Amino acid sequence: MKKNWPILVVDDEDVMCESMAAWLREDGYRVDTAPNGQKAVELARPTDYAICFVDLKMPGGMDGIETMMEIHRVRPDASIIIITAYATVDTAIQAMKEGAQEYIVKPCNPQEISMLVSRILKLKRLQSENAMLRKKLTRQYRHHDIITKNPRMEEILALTQDVASLRSTVLIRGESGTGKELVARAIHYSGNRAEKPFVAVSCAALTETLLESELFGYEKGAFTGATAQAKGKFELAHGGTIFLDEIGDISPKLQADLLRVLQERRFYRVGGNAEVEIDVRVIAATNRDLAEEVEQGRFREDLYYRLNVIEIKLPPLRERREDIPLLAEHFVQRISSELAKDVSGINAAALKLLIGHDWPGNVRELENVIERAIVTCRNGMLDEQDFSWLQQRTAKSEPWEIPDVPLGELERRAIVAALERKHGNVKEASTALGIDRSTLYDKLKRYEISH
Amino acid sequence: MSELCLVSIGSVPENALQWIEAAAAEWFPLPIRRLPPVAVPDGAYDPKRHQYQSIEMMKMLAKLSPIDNGSRILGVTDVDLAIPMLTFLFGQAQFDGPIAVVSLCRLHQEFYGMPAQESLLRERAVKEVLHELGHTFGLVHCSEETCAMSLATHIELVDAKAEQFCARCGLQLVQRFSREGGV
Repeated sequence: MKKNWPILVVDDEDVMCESMAAWLREDGYRVDTAPNGQKAVELARPTDYAICFVDLKMPGGMDGIETMMEIHRVRPDASIIIITAYATVDTAIQAMKEGAQEYIVKPCNPQEISMLVSRILKLKRLQSENAMLRKKLTRQYRHHDIITKNPRMEEILALTQDVASLRSTVLIRGESGTGKELVARAIHYSGNRAEKPFVAVSCAALTETLLESELFGYEKGAFTGATAQAKGKFELAHGGTIFLDEIGDISPKLQADLLRVLQERRFYRVGGNAEVEIDVRVIAATNRDLAEEVEQGRFREDLYYRLNVIEIKLPPLRERREDIPLLAEHFVQRISSELAKDVSGINAAALKLLIGHDWPGNVRELENVIERAIVTCRNGMLDEQDFSWLQQRTAKSEPWEIPDVPLGELERRAIVAALERKHGNVKEASTALGIDRSTLYDKLKRYEISH
Repeated sequence: MSELCLVSIGSVPENALQWIEAAAAEWFPLPIRRLPPVAVPDGAYDPKRHQYQSIEMMKMLAKLSPIDNGSRILGVTDVDLAIPMLTFLFGQAQFDGPIAVVSLCRLHQEFYGMPAQESLLRERAVKEVLHELGHTFGLVHCSEETCAMSLATHIELVDAKAEQFCARCGLQLVQRFSREGGV
């Protein structure tokens, strides 16, 4: 019995109701009948009918269209099929305008009605599957699925909850692998845009021109190979959220374009003359210090302030070591099930090893390390042997005693050491320090270091 | 005692009744009893459509014989059946109930302007009888095109069926019979 899809037949003629119900029951549906609109609405209140066949003409009381509207009031998702005779086809078309899914002229061919019912139910199945997947996706990215017991992370999660339904731009900062996109998704799926698209773009992955057409789309003929108009990520995210990852890497031109979108909520497609208006929430992320980038003149100050309305700074994993056991257990459960490996957990010695590691690649690195360990694990529990390669890697890094001096002094010493190692070569020292030459010159000046 | 009552409604060729009786005996473990033929009920005829309402036929069948738990009554007619909603029916049954009716009208090749073909009529009649009786034992339409329980909305689909149930529907029937203790 296809119990999930009950059907209602509404007609004042008993023979019509009963014969139609009998025919549909042979197909396995649960079918109810109602002799008038009032009874139909009463039945629809507690029952989620997938399809209601409603006769257009019913003497006295509600007619077919009124019945349809009342059913829709209590069951907005019910598909109404209006039954009509030839003489009333115009009214049936009117019924379609009022919200009927279909109309059928009686008597109709059995094949026609059989196909109509299958088509509507196929659509219902897809809609219900879509709703289920959306729910699953939303659940997947809700706050409580970000695993933490770290007070700073908990504060951050509370903040994301507070800002979820605002349209304000959010800037998420944090090292690679700290979960910036996960937090962005959590904001999106907790707010009132959850039903709309979440579109993620990695700004560092593309060249300036490619990123421009990726973000704003292009018109046919805008460049060689633009054979048809294409929507950009901003248009695809309309009504929802766009997540611009590694925003610190975009070119000055794109910074200007982006500023305009944020200010005016409109833009031109590449090669286009018509403005496209959008309603998109922007969440940006970077592992760079954007304030520093602004200071160095590499990032527009006005754009920085537009993006940095709400700032979320994610701590690296080494600053939330208490989360390592929780995350490790979570990854073991998830990955072992995905890989169909019978690994039930991780022993205390292995956990101690993981807690002691510094995780420069943060949570993503931890996830990868656990996956590798599960792949090579030969018994049902991960032990320190499964992480021996990690131990060797950890041992190779030299122990670092941090002297009790101000941060500026630490930086000064690091610069001096780099210059010494590179025999005074500023270019090489700046590369070794991971900053550019002009920044190093500024710092040399600030710390009065001669070279 | 449970039984399968077979009754002709209006004029039905005797050989057709014999085919139907044999097919029913092969598939359903009920003793078959022929009831005296009955006339087509007056109220069944729809002069506008020149067809007969199957629901009226079924109402009439319900009154024909006292039906105990487990018995079925199958009416066979040569007139064209319909319901208000549909242009025609090959037959109709009470789902998981005692009454079924089958029309031979659209099973004749002559209906489609072709020369009569008795063997084809026999095959079609058997398929439709298995189909409608299957409904009375709780079988719904089957997605297997060759199963007697697949939905036929035109004659080509009747011809595509085999004169038997698919393994799944057959098993469901056997389980039903064993649950009902030999019915």
